[in-house]
Amino acid sequence: MSKIIELKKVNKWFDKFQVLKDIDLEVAPQEKIVICGPSGSGKSTLIRCINRLEEHQEGNIIVDGIELSESTKNIEKIRAEVGMVFQQFNLFPHLSILENCSLAPIWVKKLPKKQAEEIAMNNLKRVQIDDQALKFPGQLSGGQQQRAAIARALCMEPKIMLFDEPTSALDPEMIKEVLDVMVDLAKGGMTMIVVTHEMGFAKEVADYMIFMDEGKIVERAKTKEFFESPKSDRTKLFLSQIL
Amino acid sequence: MNLIAKPSKENIKTYVPIGLTLVSLSFLDVFVNAFFNLNLMAFLPSKFSYFLPMILGFIGFYLIRIEFSEVRYLDILNKNINSNNFNALLTLFTIFIIIKSIPPMLDWFILEANFSGNSKDDCTGDGACWVFIKVWFNRFMYGLYPDAEQWRINTAFLILFALVGISFFVSEKLKKYFILFLVFVFPFLGIKLISGGSFGLEYVESAAWGGLSLTFIISAFAILFCFPIGVILALGRRSSLPAIKYISIGFIELWRGVPLITVLFMSAVMFPMFLPDGTFIDKLIRVLIAITLFEAAYMAEVVRGGLQALPKGQYEAAKSLGMGYWRMNALIILPQALKLVIPGIANTLLALVKDTPLIFVVGLMELAGMIGLAKTNPKWLGMAMEGYVFAGLVFWVICYAMSRYSQNLEKKLSTER
Repeated sequence: MSKIIELKKVNKWFDKFQVLKDIDLEVAPQEKIVICGPSGSGKSTLIRCINRLEEHQEGNIIVDGIELSESTKNIEKIRAEVGMVFQQFNLFPHLSILENCSLAPIWVKKLPKKQAEEIAMNNLKRVQIDDQALKFPGQLSGGQQQRAAIARALCMEPKIMLFDEPTSALDPEMIKEVLDVMVDLAKGGMTMIVVTHEMGFAKEVADYMIFMDEGKIVERAKTKEFFESPKSDRTKLFLSQIL
Repeated sequence: MNLIAKPSKENIKTYVPIGLTLVSLSFLDVFVNAFFNLNLMAFLPSKFSYFLPMILGFIGFYLIRIEFSEVRYLDILNKNINSNNFNALLTLFTIFIIIKSIPPMLDWFILEANFSGNSKDDCTGDGACWVFIKVWFNRFMYGLYPDAEQWRINTAFLILFALVGISFFVSEKLKKYFILFLVFVFPFLGIKLISGGSFGLEYVESAAWGGLSLTFIISAFAILFCFPIGVILALGRRSSLPAIKYISIGFIELWRGVPLITVLFMSAVMFPMFLPDGTFIDKLIRVLIAITLFEAAYMAEVVRGGLQALPKGQYEAAKSLGMGYWRMNALIILPQALKLVIPGIANTLLALVKDTPLIFVVGLMELAGMIGLAKTNPKWLGMAMEGYVFAGLVFWVICYAMSRYSQNLEKKLSTER
């Protein structure tokens, strides 16, 4: 089966501190992978390496057949195909929600403005905030902002979506509206890598679970096996603490 | 046993009228003294009568200082200018100084001033000699520009104001073209009109330009060029490419470290020595380049402040959407960063306008320079005060207008409602 993301023996250091240790990972198209682990285990760094918001020092990362290297052309190409959703939303506060969504399609994909806005409105409808399109990010609730951020990423029509703790900065009552959108997205067949602590969500959509600790992938297993019969002691301990 | 009760709600009915009377009395005394030169308290010993208004006012303010009196205006007054003894003293002192300084100011500016006539001998009053400004007005506006050709300067500025005026009323789409024309085409058309030398217009060399029109010309061009250069330097200073980064740092620190007056002097005197024989660059252009580069260095640091204030997430979000360096900066980073530093940009541009008089060191004379020249004219000696008050007023009006514009811009662009 062809792989859309391949990581081979990836190592990364922040100065002398090694954050990623010999990471091997393969993701097939339409697979949903949830990465969990204690804070500082390198899970955010791992997915940020996939669209090169962080540089790795050793090993290979191949996304959709393109190897991530120094070439900026390659990087921009990959980033246009990989959508990313951040913990802090990172919407552009000086632009309306509609402009947030249509900006990159217009300037990066060179779509005509009208078509880009049509795509933006469709995606905003998909995350159910099309009625907020003309407002500015500062006027929206946290949950609405995160859904707008998801819509913004979708407007680039990415092949892969990365989620970096998308619900960690939200009030409890807003988490569900964001997770609902993500579940809907997963059912639509998107390839997704999600860093999250929402184990209910993981059980519902993930094909594979990955447990990371101290920069290493400790366990990679089918979701059902992972929760019912984890192999390593470290995973058992972690699960017992958060479930 | 409390003979004089503390002012409170119980005795408000007696204390407030007495207090207000005392305060009014003290103001009246100072007012009569300042405007009519009468001392109402002359029957008292001189030292005592001098301080009497202060004492009366102070006691009066003490009597009306009633907390939570529930009389709205009294509460507002107490809260703002009479919250304690020290504040009451400061209030009295400030009001007395204002009252005292009105008559002499009025005298100098208007009542004792001379407006009519056409020579220094017509100024017989004790106040300002505005005749000086009137007679020299043309020079203050146009410098040594020939009288017969001054319509060219007027036309250039009239067209500019008309274009700016119209641009406020046209649609958004048309506005874009207006602004592009105003920024990229008009300045050069305007300067061609003023300098002449073609289209049958008589050539007027830049040494003859001067007065307020030169202030405007220099300020406008320097602002126009220093802004983009400053932005590029700011981006350069944060670049990840060491060569660009260190060139930017070196440039900024060099220009920031040198006084403008030295830079101007070098540009006019030293710079031509390095040019090959026969090449000649107009003095005004050399000065303009010097001011532009000097202010660009300051602008760069202001803009850098804005760039640093943006959260890292904005850069990451832009990158993750596939934007390259220039698109990220042009669409996401700079619009936000520049908005943040509008007050700082306004500061730098105001300083630029107020730095223009320094061009006198190379022999160019804008408004303040022309005034400096006029006051040394043997027929008009002793007019420095009038001249510089006039210059101060004109500069204040220009700078205040710029400041108001920047505040409006800030309000208009704010999206954090």
